[in-house]
Amino acid sequence: MLTWWRRVRIENELIYLFLRSPVTQVAAAIGLLSVLGALFAPLIAPTNPYDLASFDLLDSFLPPAWVEDGDPRFFIGTDDQGRDLLSSILYGARLSLLVGLSSVAFAAVLGTGLGLAAGYFGGRLDTIVMRIADVQLSLPAILTALLVDGVARGILPREQHDELLLVVLTVAIGLSLWVNFARTARASTFVERNKEYVQAAEIMGLHPLRIMAVAILPNILGPLMVIGTVDLAVAILLEATLSFLGVGVPPNQPSLGTLIRIGTEYIFSGEWWIVIFPSAALIVMIVSVNIMGDFFRAVLNPRLR
Amino acid sequence: MGALLEVTDLTVQYPTRFGLFTAIEGINLSLEPGQIHGLVGESGAGKSTIGAAIIGLIPSPGYVAQGDIKLLGQSLPELSQKAYHKLRGAKISMIFQDPQTSLNPLLTIEDQLVETIRQHSGHSYQEARDKAVALLIETGLENAQGRMSEYPHQFSGGMRQRVVIALALCTDPDLIIADEPTTALDVAIQAQILDLIRRLANDRGVGFLLITHDIGVIAEITDSVSVLRGGKLMEEGKTAQVLGHPRHDYTKALMAAVPRLEEKLDRFANILSDEPSLPTPELLWKVDGASDQFATDWLLAGERHTASDGPVLSVRDLDVTFYTDRQFSLGKGTAVRALQGISLDVQPGQVLGVIGESGSGKSTLAKAIVGLVRPSAGRIEFNGSELPLGRERARTHPSRRKIQMVFQDPYSSLNNRRKIEDIIGEPIRFFDLARDKGEQRRIVASVLDLVGMPQRAMLKFPHQFSGGQRQRIAIARALVARPEFLICDEPTSALDVSIQAQILNLLKDLQAQFGLSILFISHNLAVVRQMSDHVVVLKSGKLMESKNSDDFFAGPGDAYSRRLLAETPSLDLLLGA
Repeated sequence: MLTWWRRVRIENELIYLFLRSPVTQVAAAIGLLSVLGALFAPLIAPTNPYDLASFDLLDSFLPPAWVEDGDPRFFIGTDDQGRDLLSSILYGARLSLLVGLSSVAFAAVLGTGLGLAAGYFGGRLDTIVMRIADVQLSLPAILTALLVDGVARGILPREQHDELLLVVLTVAIGLSLWVNFARTARASTFVERNKEYVQAAEIMGLHPLRIMAVAILPNILGPLMVIGTVDLAVAILLEATLSFLGVGVPPNQPSLGTLIRIGTEYIFSGEWWIVIFPSAALIVMIVSVNIMGDFFRAVLNPRLR
Repeated sequence: MGALLEVTDLTVQYPTRFGLFTAIEGINLSLEPGQIHGLVGESGAGKSTIGAAIIGLIPSPGYVAQGDIKLLGQSLPELSQKAYHKLRGAKISMIFQDPQTSLNPLLTIEDQLVETIRQHSGHSYQEARDKAVALLIETGLENAQGRMSEYPHQFSGGMRQRVVIALALCTDPDLIIADEPTTALDVAIQAQILDLIRRLANDRGVGFLLITHDIGVIAEITDSVSVLRGGKLMEEGKTAQVLGHPRHDYTKALMAAVPRLEEKLDRFANILSDEPSLPTPELLWKVDGASDQFATDWLLAGERHTASDGPVLSVRDLDVTFYTDRQFSLGKGTAVRALQGISLDVQPGQVLGVIGESGSGKSTLAKAIVGLVRPSAGRIEFNGSELPLGRERARTHPSRRKIQMVFQDPYSSLNNRRKIEDIIGEPIRFFDLARDKGEQRRIVASVLDLVGMPQRAMLKFPHQFSGGQRQRIAIARALVARPEFLICDEPTSALDVSIQAQILNLLKDLQAQFGLSILFISHNLAVVRQMSDHVVVLKSGKLMESKNSDDFFAGPGDAYSRRLLAETPSLDLLLGA
């Protein structure tokens, strides 16, 4: 077992470099902590911020526990409605990560599929897909997201919209991110497509779908993983922005963006903790995800090392 | 006159994460002015590292661990970085393999030559320019005055290499290190460049250190030679003596592996089996019931077309024209005629060699036959029935199984993300050749055995194998489809000579055993000589000559073929003695 680990440590590029990059290790630890915190929020959070009965308006605007007037029940204070901030942040991070991951997954599937097909078949399909991508790229991500959200609000009845809010949000953010995946997948597919192993499969007469899925896809996953990690940070940020603007998650389920919006209203009246702590949580999360993205990029592109 | 270059006991090491790696060890060599000394060896022999060590540009983190390099009596490793830098420009120059990348594509050659000359001398611009023109004329560039203001891409490969040589001569160096200077060039141009190097050595008294893997080049122009293997010096001496009467076993094996033009051998004998030896447990690993005998029986059990009359493959008046891509526009782009009116026949059980330089359309011919490229005119018949062309050939067409292909580059012809078992198993699965998973496994293991690989290889990924081993795997993949016709597109041009000999032996054995008909494409006449029964020569998409192999090599009828044959470097000079 120990010798196995020793061998893996040296032979596996990813692990070898990871063990030599303390910054990435810290980032990965924070990332893991965020995921665990989000995953087990119902177990570790002191209160349930979604349960209206669990908080009291009398507790509102309490500062962190270590400050004068602080209440030991609320470690980093409470917001305008008396919700425990720590619990809100844990639940908020849960929501942010959920939306972030699912919208990246949505964008990855859509973008990779289209990019792979465009790169493999080329010609007219390629031109059409890439022109759509160009149009998409010229729209700011926020605008796309607002547009999708607005359309969804128009089509869906109000109750259903609230239920489907997370799905709408996922699609809205995913739609503004798929272009990255499509472009990368297309460019890599172009390179792989002319390699002889693909020609060998074509000569045999394998179905194009099988060639794309079994032969090409595994070979272009590397750069897509980098895009995925970097885009995860972007997606979390987008969700926070939308929630900050009030078009994101429902107000009774605060995400990090919602908390920051609430906080900004009180920043000048002295209740700094309401905006500082959710913002700090968001920043730390995004920076660590970005560092991991950079690490993946460096591993996959030896020239950057 | 004292020695120009004196290398003693040179050792270069690289610290890696797997421990200290010794790239070259205890190398000695010396060079007189006006001499050409060859460094020959296969990949990983450390030839380029020696060149880099002399010029002081060993890529980090490598370093000279031991030994000394003296240029005109001056010890180089003792110099400061600054002094080294000065000396590097003034006394030592380098010529690289690829003329495409060793010139700056954004500057005219005038800018590049004049700048280099003025860097190292006090010449005025006009003086430097005159010198540059003189150098270009000396290296044999026509209309040198007029072409000074052109950019590198406006020159052909051979002309570009002349410019690179002129660039190397700018500072009147005493020593020029040429690292594979002709490897990227066609034979005709290679011969011209080698002539030029010889002439410069004689006229200017420049010492050349010529690094190459090609024994033919060594035999052609060097005075003395060092044979390297795995970073160690195997044998050293006068070229005629080392190559003519090799003393070391490795040199003997190397010489035996070089394909000859003069006669066709049944097999290459006495060649090295230098695949790294595997630990015994690796070799003992077996799939139940798998053996090379099983593979032979299984491959022979396949149904086989036995029409002995007429050719297996017959191509008539084949034209291939490529159009440049223009989307959403009417009409076609500019046309390039890659093949024009090609007709050829491959007789059952015979090997047809296709000879051609780069751009002659030989790969296009292979692609047209397998249906990757759509011919614009002509017919292809396989076993007497016409093959649909290009995309019209259905994916389920029986010829998809019967015609298989082995590619040039073993590094890109295997999918790096799949296990060998899956790679070789794919044709079996797709053509439905095995009854169940177990049989498929047994076939894969047996065929690996047949091509000389340990059965355990099936559990690994392609990147764990060397080029030669990968090519064996690629051949195994082509074999399991039970083909009747095999197309080999430059199957050995990416491999070292000793590995090339092994692969050629393997192909010959398989051909004899299974009666395969083969279309063997290569630019290397000696390799084609060893493999073919019949030969065709392509030039710029046209068929120049089609002849029986023995007759062809005895005396080609076409002028182009004769020139091609004459310019191929050969060992005659040495071996005649």
